[in-house]
Amino acid sequence: MTVNTTVVDELAHLARLSYKNEAKEEIVSDLNKIIAFVEKLNEIDTDGIEPLIYMVDETNVVRPDIAHLEISQGDGLKNAPKKDSDYFRVPKVIEQ
Amino acid sequence: MSVDLYELVVGLEVHIQLLTKSKAYSADPAEYGALPNTNISVITLGHPGTLPRFNAQVAEYAVKLGLACGCEIRRENQFARKNYFYADLPKGYQITQDKTPICTGGKIRIKLDGVVKDIALTRIHMEEDAGKSMHDQDAYDSLVDLNRAGVPLLEMVSEPELRSAEEAYAYLTEVRKLVRYLEICDGNMEEGSMRCDANISVRVRGAKEFGVKVEVKNMNSIRNVQRAIEFETKRQISVIESQGIIDQETRSFDAVNGTTFSLRSKEKANDYRYFPEPDLTPLIVTPEYIEEVRQMMPPLPEALHDRFTGEFGLSEYDAGILTDSKPIALYFADLTSHTENYKAAANWMNGPVKSFLNERALEMHQFPLQAAKIAELIALIDAGKISFSAASQKLFPYLTEHPEANALEVSETNNWLQNEDSASMDEWIQEAIARYPEKVLEYKGGKTGLIGLFMGEVMKLSQGKADPKKANQLMRDALHKI
Repeated sequence: MTVNTTVVDELAHLARLSYKNEAKEEIVSDLNKIIAFVEKLNEIDTDGIEPLIYMVDETNVVRPDIAHLEISQGDGLKNAPKKDSDYFRVPKVIEQ
Repeated sequence: MSVDLYELVVGLEVHIQLLTKSKAYSADPAEYGALPNTNISVITLGHPGTLPRFNAQVAEYAVKLGLACGCEIRRENQFARKNYFYADLPKGYQITQDKTPICTGGKIRIKLDGVVKDIALTRIHMEEDAGKSMHDQDAYDSLVDLNRAGVPLLEMVSEPELRSAEEAYAYLTEVRKLVRYLEICDGNMEEGSMRCDANISVRVRGAKEFGVKVEVKNMNSIRNVQRAIEFETKRQISVIESQGIIDQETRSFDAVNGTTFSLRSKEKANDYRYFPEPDLTPLIVTPEYIEEVRQMMPPLPEALHDRFTGEFGLSEYDAGILTDSKPIALYFADLTSHTENYKAAANWMNGPVKSFLNERALEMHQFPLQAAKIAELIALIDAGKISFSAASQKLFPYLTEHPEANALEVSETNNWLQNEDSASMDEWIQEAIARYPEKVLEYKGGKTGLIGLFMGEVMKLSQGKADPKKANQLMRDALHKI
């Protein structure tokens, strides 16, 4: 595949990233280089081979349904850029 | 608008919030109603380096629902990441199932005006809920509460086989009944523990292709789903009739005026870029495990309904009311092990027992009487010892206050038993006839409806103890002889 400015715009929207317009050409060329590099993998014949998703063979690593708390409300809110005594505060995400 | 020209096509996506103690992939409590941001963990908050661990209870509940709906249960389950950015989803992705839903196929059976229709299911998969954003508390900020983030959900997707708003209503009523019988979700749409999105389109009747579908959200009751579908049907038909084009979009339901409004247009289609979740190992659901879960299954409403109409010979109507909720159905089933007068048992459940609960806003499990006690009442009536009216209006209320009392003894002490002494019955009848000599003549002249007057008199004289059936017969005989 080839990356063009439209694709970069879409990716930026999905990733909620913004960049200066003059950076766009550079991003397009970087992404194309990365993709060309990764496409090298297409030279390998993978027909009939299951994709490798997990690095371990284990299955059913589950826990029983027991509730317990390890952090407090104060701990949870501590790292938030903006908060009040109870809530995380974020820029309004819906127009009223 | 020629509505009959068009056919409505609806598919429903139902989110079922599971009644687990802890969250889907972390141990923080899943309970509803805690102080904001107190049921959290580093996993819920999406802190770097944290890893999810799957709650085994979620799989059990998913298999239960799958078995109840006749789904095929998948052996090898993977989890997937559904990527999107929103403030109430700290990780930036929802852990869900994409290509390997735990349940596929199956159906929900609905009944509408006596007609049975099976609505096919596409799939049921396991996922997690997002947190809650509040947009109307503050002028500039949205407030985020992450208590709900990570709470386990099952998403049940139907095929687009619903053809009316009433069918959608019946479908959701059945789903809610089922999850409550299974005790996997409290089914409370008002509080959001069961949520529904509707995919709605219309097409010219007989057309092969579906129309453009609109997704409607934010309907917080089954009734509102029905209203939203009714509104969308009219709106879409009028757009088509005026040569317009239906936008494929997401709309929100406004419960105040019963309309829908556009939520976001299709300008930027969402691309969730699903990929396998490498942090959770596959979940293997073996046939042995499925069998284990099958052994735990409670009786289901359809099976109970069939038993009530079949074995017990009850009407569809009675069986429908009795199976509406599991506690009532199980109480009734218990009652039928103490009496064989099933019809009377159903009448007691749907009459005095239901009224008692309704008047006091009680649930079945708070009902003070054992099923055996109701069976005692039925036996006393069937033996002709007490009239139904004395039993339901005097003895039953007394027993609800004194659940341990013996029904027969109490009735004797209070003189509620039916007087079977035909001598006194005869006295009352003669007394009643003597009081209305002119009415006797009118009765003999053909106004047979006056029997009610005489009967009323007998009941008054006997203070309600006369067996109405017997008294009626004896009264007719007596009048006939004059």
